[in-house]
Amino acid sequence: MYKYDAIDQKIVDERVTQYRDQTRRYLAGELSEDEFRPLRLQNGLYIQRHAPMLRIAVPYGMLSSKQLRKLGDIAKKYDKDYGHFSTRQNLQLNWPKLEDTPDILAELATVEMHAIQTSGNCIRNITTDQFAGIAPDEIIDPRAMAEIMRQWSTFHPEFALLPRKFKIAVSGTKDDRAVVQAHDIGMEFYKDAAGKLAIKVWVGGGLGRTPILGSVIREHLEWQHALTYCEAIIRVYNLHGRRDNIYKARIKILVKALGIEEFKRQVEAEWAHLKDAPNTITEAELARVSTYFGVFDYAKLPAYDASFDATVASNPAFAAWVKRCTHAHKIPGYRAVTLSLKPHGKAPGDATSAQMHTVADLAEAYSFGELRVSHEQNLILADVKLSDLFAVWEKARANGLATPNIGLLTDIICCPGGDFCSLANAKSIPIAEAIQMQFDNLDYLHDIGDIELNISGCMNACGHHHVGHIGILGVDKDGSEWYQVSIGGKQGNDASIGAVIGPSFSAEEMPQVVQKLIDVYVKERTPEERFIDTVRRLGIAPFKAHVYARDPAKESATA
Amino acid sequence: MSNLIKFDIENKKASVVENEWQCVELPPSEVAERVQAGKVVLFKLTGENTVTEAQIANTVIPATGKVIVPLSVYAAKKDALAERMDASALGIWLDTHETLESLIAQFDDINRLPIIAIHVARFADGRIFSLGTLLRTRYGYKNELRAFGDVLRDQLFFLKRSGFTSFLIRADRSADEALASLNDFSAPYQGAVDEPKPVFQRYNRA
Repeated sequence: MYKYDAIDQKIVDERVTQYRDQTRRYLAGELSEDEFRPLRLQNGLYIQRHAPMLRIAVPYGMLSSKQLRKLGDIAKKYDKDYGHFSTRQNLQLNWPKLEDTPDILAELATVEMHAIQTSGNCIRNITTDQFAGIAPDEIIDPRAMAEIMRQWSTFHPEFALLPRKFKIAVSGTKDDRAVVQAHDIGMEFYKDAAGKLAIKVWVGGGLGRTPILGSVIREHLEWQHALTYCEAIIRVYNLHGRRDNIYKARIKILVKALGIEEFKRQVEAEWAHLKDAPNTITEAELARVSTYFGVFDYAKLPAYDASFDATVASNPAFAAWVKRCTHAHKIPGYRAVTLSLKPHGKAPGDATSAQMHTVADLAEAYSFGELRVSHEQNLILADVKLSDLFAVWEKARANGLATPNIGLLTDIICCPGGDFCSLANAKSIPIAEAIQMQFDNLDYLHDIGDIELNISGCMNACGHHHVGHIGILGVDKDGSEWYQVSIGGKQGNDASIGAVIGPSFSAEEMPQVVQKLIDVYVKERTPEERFIDTVRRLGIAPFKAHVYARDPAKESATA
Repeated sequence: MSNLIKFDIENKKASVVENEWQCVELPPSEVAERVQAGKVVLFKLTGENTVTEAQIANTVIPATGKVIVPLSVYAAKKDALAERMDASALGIWLDTHETLESLIAQFDDINRLPIIAIHVARFADGRIFSLGTLLRTRYGYKNELRAFGDVLRDQLFFLKRSGFTSFLIRADRSADEALASLNDFSAPYQGAVDEPKPVFQRYNRA
């Protein structure tokens, strides 16, 4: 992965100094609450319900063992011994003290980490496919471009105070695992007819209050122009995006108001001036940054390993984990491993300091000392030999990291919700836990098969509920918490936004509501159908009918 | 004590200096704000009210001295201000929601203006950075470019990189203390107005 040189290190060190002074001025009363807010936010610091929340950047989800160990140490020293991995592949600390945050940043800087632009109205952490560089279907490893874009976006002076947050995702596969269509800018890298690296650019996607999938603004952009083209898009947005209403301030609203054709015309007119400007990426720079990625000394191995196959055949628990939690690798004899942060009955995405240390050790022993955070809030060891999988499983299982539920109903994407977040209308983690307990039977879970259930505690949609096959949204009605349910959402190339099935439910009803949705699927499915396929074939009507069917027993009881 | 910081591009040095320009303000609008469901109704896409003719007519311009007038006032009283323009005693200021096209359209040569100032009403309004960048890179403006309004030290580094050369710090803050923030970062990654080359064009990082 990328390693800092003296220039990178100096920038994060100078940031620590700058932020330390900003915090000092705030605590000394020289900066008002309102004035400190945009400054602390650009450093990932929110003021939450109970305490500040600090969001630490994990650029495009890549971590070294050394970094994860440091995160574990920081969670122990400054927080309650755990951290929360978010859907933006970042790590959030829920209980740090404001006055400690400069020291936390200083510690992070010692392992080439920071919290720059993890929040606030600026260009946020650039995300990508958690299997970048190792996926067999990958056309281009997008991480070098993601790193070049990280550097370009860091303290970009023109885009320091945008109308609203701005998220960019990059992907190098046909099968889009980076959800590029749900980002302010999405970039899909591909090889064009001439065999050259090119980019398909999407703009104006996003979740939140007004979910919209992005529109294609350019089918073909030569890779050298990635930065200047983004500058053209963001400049049009910076000048013309709404600033009077934060719910209408994202670029998607501007794109919709102007129409994609007019928006594109303005961007292209701007780009005519910016094209070939000094921020054009050079071959030398791409080559330099690329040397940091995918340079492991892989062993030459056969595609099969006899002892691994024998263990799978004789150990059903191991076999279930291999089936759900390991993934194909482009190098024969290797697999990627997902370590589940979704054990039943625990907050999705949470990891204790001890677990972080365990994963750091596993990565060091079995996966070249590197790991990734997925936007599904799990940790990934990307490069594990088949012959090592059993050892990894045993250690992961002993540490609560091997629940074989990846891609299953209990692998829930969930925001921190009303227990922690001051924006939330409703709690989300207890709902996730209740659903996990309702379906705490692995055979049944495997029978239900591939399904994605996403929960957000408010319409800001940090839990990506719109693109969950089942989406749950916390809403506030007259001061109490209710849950709106949608079905038929999906991420990926054939992305769709879910449809709401009807009036909302109370927290206690939610496990049964999900149960009824699953019952309809199990009854109606054809042998090869996943939940999403059945919903797409039948529409929401039969699901709605069953969920809202009157319960005669209940009615006679209250009659 | 002056609150004006000026950045000397040639010597790359900033210092607190006396303000020789007087800023002419628009009188408050007398058009009643339209309120709907408790919120002020705004008419432009970006949400600002436009200047009224009455505001322009009622603007008081001091008879002598160097003045910076609002763009809307200049456009309406161009002939009356021609002499002061010729004497390089007139500058123009605009708000962040005004377009540069409407400024450029007033002049054959934008560099006849000794100073352009941009008013930022709220710290969080980052349009000022794009406006500065465009004035320098698109329209070839070479003279003093000033930021005023809700200008605090933590914008200065970005303003400087976006082509601004003077900064009128908000009256309740110290310009002396703000000076330090111009140098928060020594080697920025990306090219911008003050240093067009990105880091990979400036250094051999291999």
